[in-house]
Amino acid sequence: MKYCDEYRDPQIAQAIAGRIANATTRPWVLMEVCGGQTHTLMRYGIGDLLPDSIELVHGPGCPVCVTPLELIDQAIRLAAIPGVTLASFGDMLRVPGSSTDLFDVRAGGADVRVVYSPLDALKIARDNPERQVVFFAVGFETTAPANAMAVWQAHHEGIANFSMLVSHVLVPPAMRLILQSPSNRVQGFIGPGHVCSIMGFGEYHDIAREFGVPIVIGGFEPLDLLEAISMLVAQLEEGRAEVENQYSRSVEYDGNLPAQNMMRTVFSVVNRKWRGIGEIEESGLVLRDEYAAYDAQRRFGLESLEVREPAECISALVLQGQKKPVDCAAFGKRCTPMTPLGAPMVSTEGACAAWYQYKRHDLQHA
Amino acid sequence: MCLAVPGRVLSIAGEDPAFRSGWIDFCGVRKTVNLAFTPEVRAGDFVLVHVGFAISRINREEAARTFAFLAHIGALAEEGITPGEASPGNWDDAA
Repeated sequence: MKYCDEYRDPQIAQAIAGRIANATTRPWVLMEVCGGQTHTLMRYGIGDLLPDSIELVHGPGCPVCVTPLELIDQAIRLAAIPGVTLASFGDMLRVPGSSTDLFDVRAGGADVRVVYSPLDALKIARDNPERQVVFFAVGFETTAPANAMAVWQAHHEGIANFSMLVSHVLVPPAMRLILQSPSNRVQGFIGPGHVCSIMGFGEYHDIAREFGVPIVIGGFEPLDLLEAISMLVAQLEEGRAEVENQYSRSVEYDGNLPAQNMMRTVFSVVNRKWRGIGEIEESGLVLRDEYAAYDAQRRFGLESLEVREPAECISALVLQGQKKPVDCAAFGKRCTPMTPLGAPMVSTEGACAAWYQYKRHDLQHA
Repeated sequence: MCLAVPGRVLSIAGEDPAFRSGWIDFCGVRKTVNLAFTPEVRAGDFVLVHVGFAISRINREEAARTFAFLAHIGALAEEGITPGEASPGNWDDAA
């Protein structure tokens, strides 16, 4: 209970942990899908509050982590073109490509900018008509409507010097991939709160029914996650496999319809490659033909690259909850957040980076 | 990357639904946010903001708790809110 002092409501945290311990009669393996949830679980040591028979494994829910190396290399190439301004979220710009990263390219004179919204990138294009502004668009369903809106507004206003390098991925296909694996261990999911604020529950009902797996849509704070775990354990112990909503303060059944409409207007669903996992069917988004003029790959004639991942990286197994970060021989030695070998070590929301930040010292002193 | 920061809507501008925007108070830091995905939102409401867009409406108590949590874990910077400039719980009631 060493981290309990950090909770704003330590008594409530202990009460929920007690309820989970009382309800648990068998071992259960639970996975959270969202990187923000991974970070909270690790930071607050929530696993330490739970009975030993509950195992938490971390899913592939960090969009920055699963962006393929090829796309990062393409972004680096784009940034090096004279007259191009490349903009993205700060997390994305820090990720190393196969030989350099975008901040290094900036140090070499390229115009690389951190933005907080895709509309900030659109504003740069509006204010600098002589430059080609490319927004490196990453994210799950939470972020896709915002990025779609930037393209829609560019089209609406006729801002011709704006384009997008799209690396958008979808959560449900990754959950299906994990559940379909013959070596799957996951018995219950904490669903991604803000993804469901946008998309609603529908797709998750299908997964729960098809695979007989309970899903509790959860928030991002320690008590949210403890509560979601408690609801999952109750379902598993009672033999139920339903979708329940712990994060009702932000998530409604149908999700956010205007956001879904904008996403569908601008993007269509395609197969996408996930770093560390490989191609997943119908797991990503691409600009629709009507908006293809805003596709940076097309505008700049970027040919597809094939970049190999280091062979010793076991990230595919980590991202699917089959191995823990410490099961990897390279963890904390050849692979650190400064020199990541694979997807889950590249951003603070990745499972390996979160283990490195919060669990490394425990392991050394164990 | 998937977090969202609560703010209070001070005022709303724009007729076109896709360009409707709010002037939002993030406990002392003010920014313009797109409100296209939350047409129901009015001045005085609290919203969750992700990459410059309001994605849902929440109540004041939840907004205060979530803001304090995000400040505690150092995640406000994700929406471009400089830690130190915002004071959790201090919403501008000018709306």
